Amino acid sequence: MDYVPHSNEDREAMLRAIGVAGSEDLFHDIPADVRHPHLDLPPGMSEPEVIRHLNALGQQNSNVLETPSFLGAGCYNHFIPSIVNALILRGEFLTSYTPYQPELSQGTLQVMYEFQSMVCLLTGMDVANASMYDEATATAEAVLTACSITRRSKVVVPDTFHPTTLEVLETYAEGRELTLVRVPAFTIDDDGTFHDRWDAVSAAIDDDTACVAVQVPNFFGWVHECQDIAESVHAHGAMFVVSADPVALGILTPPGEYGADIVTGEGHSLALPPGFGGPRLGLYATRKKYLRQMPGRVSGMTKDIDGKRGFVMTLQAREQHIRREKATSNICTNEALAALAFTINVSWLGPAGMRKKAELCLAKSHYAAAQIDALPGFSVTAPGPYIKEFVAHCPAAVSAVNEHLLAHGVLGGYDLGNLRNELGRHMLVCVTELNSRQDIDRLVAALGEIAT
Amino acid sequence: MQNAEPLIFERSSPGRHGYSLPDSDVPALDSEETVPAHWRRESLALPEASELDVVRHFTQLSQRNYSIEHGFYPLGSCTMKYNPKVNDATAGLPGFSFVHPHQPESTIQGALALIHSLSEALMKITGYANCSLQPAAGAHGELCGVLMMRAHHVKQGNPRRKMIIPDSAHGTNPATAAMCGYTAIEVPSSDRGTVDMDALAALLDEDVAGLMLTVPNTLGLFEQDIVEICRMAHEVGALVYCDGANMNALLGTVQPAALGLDVLHLNLHKTFTTPHGGGGPGAGAICVNETLEPYLPVPLVKEEDGVYAWDYDRPDSIGRIHSFYGNFLNQVRAYTYICTLGDEGIKRAGEYAVLNANYLKERLRDAYALRYDRTCMHEVVFAGLKEKAEGVRTLDVAKRMIDYGFHPSTVYFPLIVPEALMIEPTETENKDTLDAFIDALLAIAEEAQTEPEKLKEAPVSAPVRRLDETTAARRPNLRWQPPE
Repeated sequence: MDYVPHSNEDREAMLRAIGVAGSEDLFHDIPADVRHPHLDLPPGMSEPEVIRHLNALGQQNSNVLETPSFLGAGCYNHFIPSIVNALILRGEFLTSYTPYQPELSQGTLQVMYEFQSMVCLLTGMDVANASMYDEATATAEAVLTACSITRRSKVVVPDTFHPTTLEVLETYAEGRELTLVRVPAFTIDDDGTFHDRWDAVSAAIDDDTACVAVQVPNFFGWVHECQDIAESVHAHGAMFVVSADPVALGILTPPGEYGADIVTGEGHSLALPPGFGGPRLGLYATRKKYLRQMPGRVSGMTKDIDGKRGFVMTLQAREQHIRREKATSNICTNEALAALAFTINVSWLGPAGMRKKAELCLAKSHYAAAQIDALPGFSVTAPGPYIKEFVAHCPAAVSAVNEHLLAHGVLGGYDLGNLRNELGRHMLVCVTELNSRQDIDRLVAALGEIAT
Repeated sequence: MQNAEPLIFERSSPGRHGYSLPDSDVPALDSEETVPAHWRRESLALPEASELDVVRHFTQLSQRNYSIEHGFYPLGSCTMKYNPKVNDATAGLPGFSFVHPHQPESTIQGALALIHSLSEALMKITGYANCSLQPAAGAHGELCGVLMMRAHHVKQGNPRRKMIIPDSAHGTNPATAAMCGYTAIEVPSSDRGTVDMDALAALLDEDVAGLMLTVPNTLGLFEQDIVEICRMAHEVGALVYCDGANMNALLGTVQPAALGLDVLHLNLHKTFTTPHGGGGPGAGAICVNETLEPYLPVPLVKEEDGVYAWDYDRPDSIGRIHSFYGNFLNQVRAYTYICTLGDEGIKRAGEYAVLNANYLKERLRDAYALRYDRTCMHEVVFAGLKEKAEGVRTLDVAKRMIDYGFHPSTVYFPLIVPEALMIEPTETENKDTLDAFIDALLAIAEEAQTEPEKLKEAPVSAPVRRLDETTAARRPNLRWQPPE
């Protein structure tokens, strides 16, 4: 099956109008010896066949709707209300292009403006763009921007930052030849307890430092104190980049209030289900004075010639299609539909819903932590306040613990042994508003079977 | 579509709410103890609205958009073809949309199999040795591809400094080169609209890391010297990047790898029908030949005896370029599309995309100026009206298309064509739609002579008329501010 609507009569009439005998004549610029290769693809399928095939593939995966999951580590299962899918699948949003023609794109442009407003309010910043690919690339772009603004190339990051973001940062840093200084910002006792060594971050800042990038909460779930770091960063003429979880910002002080110059974040958890890690939604907000160095698309409010309110993509002089090699970034297509989903969900939640969601995470994660900590051989370690993730030290390798949990129909937490061998008995446990007490008790009961 | 819709913030009223979340089923906490006071935010001025308010607001906004589902959307370089609904249905299956990327491999065999199968299909279509689906968009694929070219040169002992890019290229090409530390060097186009071979020969030396070419190029023309260009580049040790934004033209007709192009990105959201969503999520794929294969981002998916696993054991990899494995749900959509079309359907897509573009070209050539009078591929570029009218610009022609019920074509790109009007019909439009569009464009050309004010005042039928972009840039208003 295909989506070509031409009848034979149409095709013949069109070939006649073009003045060629057959469509073969339209491809004479292509070298004959490589023209019309054998593709060796399978034959096409009808719609019921393709649905059956895809459904069968999907059923080979466990999913977090049916299997209680305590996985987080950068991808979260938060509640997305039914209205989100119903609205984002409207063809008017789904099948429109980037709003190059504003007269026909007022819907998308107004959504971008509302999204930018929400990101500013959540982060406490002055301006935001209309989205980046994900938190990792948003943070990488923020770091590149800070290096351009300060004309320095040393980037300081604590090793409590999400390891995947650091990998992406390294990839992005390659072309610009930046120096990434990874500061050990925690230590582990013999009994598996984590200790904050946050002072090491301040110590790593000097007059060559372009920026310091920190994550709130950090990869392990706890919140570092940031005020002193921010002061030290600014005293050295560097910039402070904060990657913040927007769900946690439902209750946490916005980074704009403790000195952030650029705030990034992962917005998928307020927009879309886990989706095997994509699409995601990179957030990027900054101070007004850095507006013209900001990467990405921006919608601005203006008026039409009749004086009616309208919206346009603005400040395009920063962008690749105008500035080419001098652009602030090469990004064009971003995550507009995910930004729409975020805007719908945050509108639905409002301030009270945002607070309630974060408070539910807080209460449930602390309940789970207390239950696990009480199990013989297990201990929970969190050197600072946490909202939804914490580290549990296990009496056996996490890989073995997770196999045991899976046999009990539970997806256990993230195995920190993937990060470092010496963390092989540390599990990063994530609890959100979607984990019922029953789920948590089931996890704890299964863990209890391997308690020592 | 005509009524203005207030901001969601302006629909807000204190105390209203739409959310529905469970009450806590665990013991209450002393929240001061868990999160100290200085970490608690004081205010959050988000909108307060009922669920119906929210649904109405976004439904109203949706009606202030034009989309493929409204009508013809001939944006050149954007491949606005029909986005099949079945793709959304499969991407929405809980077995894909509610899978966590950190799940154990035994619980994600279907997802890994899909990534593996889609990669194989794309390799068959393009002729490459391997590919990664990690890039989240076309420009992200470019970044990935050029970083791989760089890694190759570093491995040879010298990253080199220059990237040659035609003057007709997408802006992302030079922007990407700059992000990867290269100096973009422009090569002019010849009077046939393709790379000027003498100029290229003069630019090629051993400090050139590579060329970035779009095939077919942004004029909708196939680079007839492409095989020779690749040979010349390889002779000085340079690599050739192919911007695959225009791959729709080549589906089933030629595999870019066979032309000598070393690396290609695909826009799954153009060629393989994943929806644009008003500007993303897109989905890139980066396809490479054997030379660049070692540098692909990690992880890839490998298969052994019917069991799928992540493959991180790639010592020369450029690393990661995305948090996880790219925009997976769009990969589900693209895979669904390829399964639907199959071998024959893929070939027909490319063939009919080219047929439709050439039909438009022939039918419009008397009214609009053809800069390069050659057979085109999937799109055609005109240099504005053939008979110039006083004060009428291409922008006016484009805006007038709105009043005839069509989305405007791309304008003023490529930069080397004055008053450019770039039209890409795609294969999913029938002859009646093309004829109606042709009639509209012929009528607009006529109006340009007889009633030019109709063009200059257009559009009159859209939700807003022409907008003041100058003030928007000079005095940016980029967000709602809470009342003092």
